[in-house]
Amino acid sequence: MAQKTYAGIAVDVNEEGYFITPSQWTREIATEIAKEESLTLTDQHFDIIEWLRKRHNAGEVLSIRSINHSAVLDVKTFYQLFPGAPLKKATKIAGIPKPVSCI
Amino acid sequence: MKKLLILGAGTAGSIMANKMHKRLPSEVWNITVVDKELKHYYQPGFLFIPFGYYERKDIVKDALKFFPSGVEVINSEISKIDPSSSSVNLKNGTVLSYDILIVATGTRISPEDTPGLKGELWRKSIFDFYTIEGAEALAEFFKTWEGGNLVINIADNPIKCPVAPLEFAFYSDYFFTRKGMRDKVNITYVTPMSGAFTKPKASKMLGSLLGKKKINLVTDFFIGEVDNVNKKILDFGGREVPFDCLVSIPLHTGDDVISTSGLGDEFGFVKADKNTLQSTLYKNVFVVGDAGNYPASKAGSVAHFQADVLEKNIADFIAGLELSASFDGHSNCYIETGFGKGILIDFNYDTEPLPGIYPLPVLGPFSLLKESRINHWGKLFFKWIYWNILLRGRKLPVTDHMSMAGKIKD
Repeated sequence: MAQKTYAGIAVDVNEEGYFITPSQWTREIATEIAKEESLTLTDQHFDIIEWLRKRHNAGEVLSIRSINHSAVLDVKTFYQLFPGAPLKKATKIAGIPKPVSCI
Repeated sequence: MKKLLILGAGTAGSIMANKMHKRLPSEVWNITVVDKELKHYYQPGFLFIPFGYYERKDIVKDALKFFPSGVEVINSEISKIDPSSSSVNLKNGTVLSYDILIVATGTRISPEDTPGLKGELWRKSIFDFYTIEGAEALAEFFKTWEGGNLVINIADNPIKCPVAPLEFAFYSDYFFTRKGMRDKVNITYVTPMSGAFTKPKASKMLGSLLGKKKINLVTDFFIGEVDNVNKKILDFGGREVPFDCLVSIPLHTGDDVISTSGLGDEFGFVKADKNTLQSTLYKNVFVVGDAGNYPASKAGSVAHFQADVLEKNIADFIAGLELSASFDGHSNCYIETGFGKGILIDFNYDTEPLPGIYPLPVLGPFSLLKESRINHWGKLFFKWIYWNILLRGRKLPVTDHMSMAGKIKD
């Protein structure tokens, strides 16, 4: 297990940089991870991040398609906020494991 | 009399009916199964229909053959499940009450949820192979197709049998090579995932196999719409992939009746504990197979492995005990790779597919995460196992829980 320091706090991450212990996450940490992805977080970013964390904590499976049911934003906006691979980026910044999708 | 009601006469429902019929005393328990469709399709066979290897008659049987006498099977659509009063309304007007409900209503494709997918070109240049009608339409199309861009696209997870799209890609390469027109067919595999598969070791192995077979891989592509005029698929990030033939694995949803029952999530999958398989909302409701929202593969092998767990947990529930059996997410699948070869993978919630041999250490005979001829024969022989052993709830010589025996960690 590796450790990385964000906002002065050492957090446990896996080899891809995803959090192992989501409870170590703070909003300040999120802002710093976002910088690594060249993103500046807005309130809208945080709204969906909080939603993703809530879903994860409830033990629910995350998929891009579930974003349309978030009542926070739609998939199109999600792509605009986290360009490229939005779910991968957003979960990393949200301090939760990379979604495995169901296999 | 007590009543056990099973909704769905597919793979999971058939296995459970057989198991519970043996388990529960018939002087105390009535077992009833309801399904609107009493033709049972061997769904792994859908893969081979577009290539002319199987026809409909090779993969369909009368569902009634697989239920023991003593189990009542009702052929009707379900109009409503009311878990608060433990009753189910059928379209034919009957109301069935239950003491225990097993939901095995499965999953279906919903191409209507992607704009343009069910457009003008549907079943003309756009096909699915997850329904018998789609697979047959594609078989007809391939008979006279002269080649071009063949695009295989997964809309999003979860989907039934997550390896089937890959098998389709591998088998297309084989099929068009044998037809002597591989040089005229450009195969592209377009997925919302970041690799060929979700778990790292398998993704690497399968990704390199795609490369070897000259199949293009487009990752992180989440389809937003299909342009029927210019024949291309577009993702939300602005990327586009042109096609002459699109083989789509559309979004999947649970049965419509789940959405109105209050038992399901936003996609109509029943909310259930991933280990006990009990509904998280109603204690006398259990789920098995594709219908659940747990993060296990939507595959027949999962239904089979879940069945023993569920049988035990229902017995515990009847006896007023804590549910003692736990499903570990065990799944295993043959992956047809063409040219008479196949791969086998075996995994669960926590352990990704690893190389090694299965089911016995040293003896195998199947090799894990590696192409072999015997894996291909295992895949073909599995059809016999399915009809004769699996559906009838009989034991197979493999463990329900995933075993590390024969697997190589690193």
